[in-house]
Amino acid sequence: MISFSLREKNWIPYLLFLPVLIYLAGFIGYPLLKALQLAFSSEEGKFGLENFITLTQDSTFWKALKNTLYLLITIVPLQVILAFLLALFVNSRFKGYMTVLYIISIPLALSDVSAALMSYNIFTSHGFLNKFLMKFGFIENPIYFFGLGLSSRAFWVIVLTELWRATPLVFVILLASLQMISKDYFEAADVFGFSKWQKFFHITLPLTMPSLQSALLIRTLFAFQIFGVVWLLSGRDIPILAGEVYYQQAELNNFRLAATYGFIIALICIIISWVYITLLRTKHLEMER
Amino acid sequence: MKRQKTPMVLKIKQVITIIIVGLIVIWFLTPLVLITISAFASPSDYYQIDKVIPTHFTLSQFKSLFFELEAWKAILTSIKVAVVTMLLSFVIGLPAGYALSRYIFPGKNFLKLLILATRMFPLMILAIPLLIIFMRMGVSDSIWGTSLAHTAMVLPMIILISSSILSGVSVDYEEAAMIFGLSRIQAFFKITLPLALPGLAASAIFAFIISWNEVFVATILTLTNRTLPAHILKTAMASPDYFKFTGGFIMAIPAMVFIFFVRRHLVTMWGISLK
Repeated sequence: MISFSLREKNWIPYLLFLPVLIYLAGFIGYPLLKALQLAFSSEEGKFGLENFITLTQDSTFWKALKNTLYLLITIVPLQVILAFLLALFVNSRFKGYMTVLYIISIPLALSDVSAALMSYNIFTSHGFLNKFLMKFGFIENPIYFFGLGLSSRAFWVIVLTELWRATPLVFVILLASLQMISKDYFEAADVFGFSKWQKFFHITLPLTMPSLQSALLIRTLFAFQIFGVVWLLSGRDIPILAGEVYYQQAELNNFRLAATYGFIIALICIIISWVYITLLRTKHLEMER
Repeated sequence: MKRQKTPMVLKIKQVITIIIVGLIVIWFLTPLVLITISAFASPSDYYQIDKVIPTHFTLSQFKSLFFELEAWKAILTSIKVAVVTMLLSFVIGLPAGYALSRYIFPGKNFLKLLILATRMFPLMILAIPLLIIFMRMGVSDSIWGTSLAHTAMVLPMIILISSSILSGVSVDYEEAAMIFGLSRIQAFFKITLPLALPGLAASAIFAFIISWNEVFVATILTLTNRTLPAHILKTAMASPDYFKFTGGFIMAIPAMVFIFFVRRHLVTMWGISLK
């Protein structure tokens, strides 16, 4: 491959990359600068921290931040554990595992809007759950999950929906990495008489660790962008960061505050990625020593 | 030194496997089955509280959703946006994917990192500045604006996926073709492209689905030319329940078809796109 490419003029790969770079500069780079400018400009258009002061004085901002973090802390660990168990199970390659893989994958391509409506279909007052429980006499009146003052119930419906919808995303990453583990390791372990648990802790877990970590990072980053499911199931009863971006822009027409909320989401994501990368790098170096 | 397993132990293992498979199937399929039932159930059955499984089915909510609530317009917009996104991201992304898979050049790692960083960045927040830019360019509230934004979102994924799919096609074929006198471009279109086509087609539909599903950016960028998810998000609160179910069902159809067609590429595609 190297000899093959050295024969040719070396500007070709750059030329092939040029359209992408132009596009990204125009539709990501430039808007990004514009967003910064919006977030840091006052009503009269002067540079300043006015928007951030307005934001921190607004109790909704703190609620949105808190709710986003709560959702993240509840959903992400459960998702990763569930996905790992599912991946281990499917990777044991029982008869018909391809069908199970296919069924688990269906939510992968499903939108959050669709998933939210599916949940609504089950948990609403005339939904399947309530009708079922009433039919068999478990309850007298329907349990309400959505509506004013019921945000703690809606919270758990959101958690369930996200678990249903996004666990497959983690599952696929983990399965891909499990499938990469060479069979030789396990055969060698058999020779040394390793037990099942020893094999798991000394072979499977260390070898899937990088994927596990990147899945964790990706899910964490996406959790800060959660929008559709929360908005459809609870509206603004459970304020969240991305929901506030939308609300400020669409309902209040306040572009500066919307951009400020967006800036904060981006900032958190960048800090998390940075911490994650530095932590992993030090660990990596320690292992090499 | 493996212990011999008795038939009894094997039997128990089999039963446990079947139980777990059963639980997985129930957990993942129930919401899909139930929304399909609700999408076609007659509203009167839905509001009858002691009727768990509806017995009367109708297409009337599809009809009113399509024509009275003008969902057909939203569906058409969604399809147009998704197709433009798919084509645009491919035309722009495929050459870059090819460069990553076939060349070694200074700065390659930097470019790869740039693509990955773009993938990690919460691109949704760009909807706000993009709206202002599009308003100035005169393409706000249009199919083009939404497509351009969606393309920026799927481009990094398309580059990474297409590069890995093209890497799967051996360079030897291309070299052989070039020895027989084909130019590099000819070799690509006559040899590599046809071989990579199934995988590339899968990733193209992947781009379609991402655009079809995307709700946040689409909602912010459009007012009248809403895509279907944006339309649902804006109108769901005020619509009767049965319309929500029908809408959710329609949203889910392309996803289910898609998963069926690309089931062989599932693990490679999402494994790569999410890493």
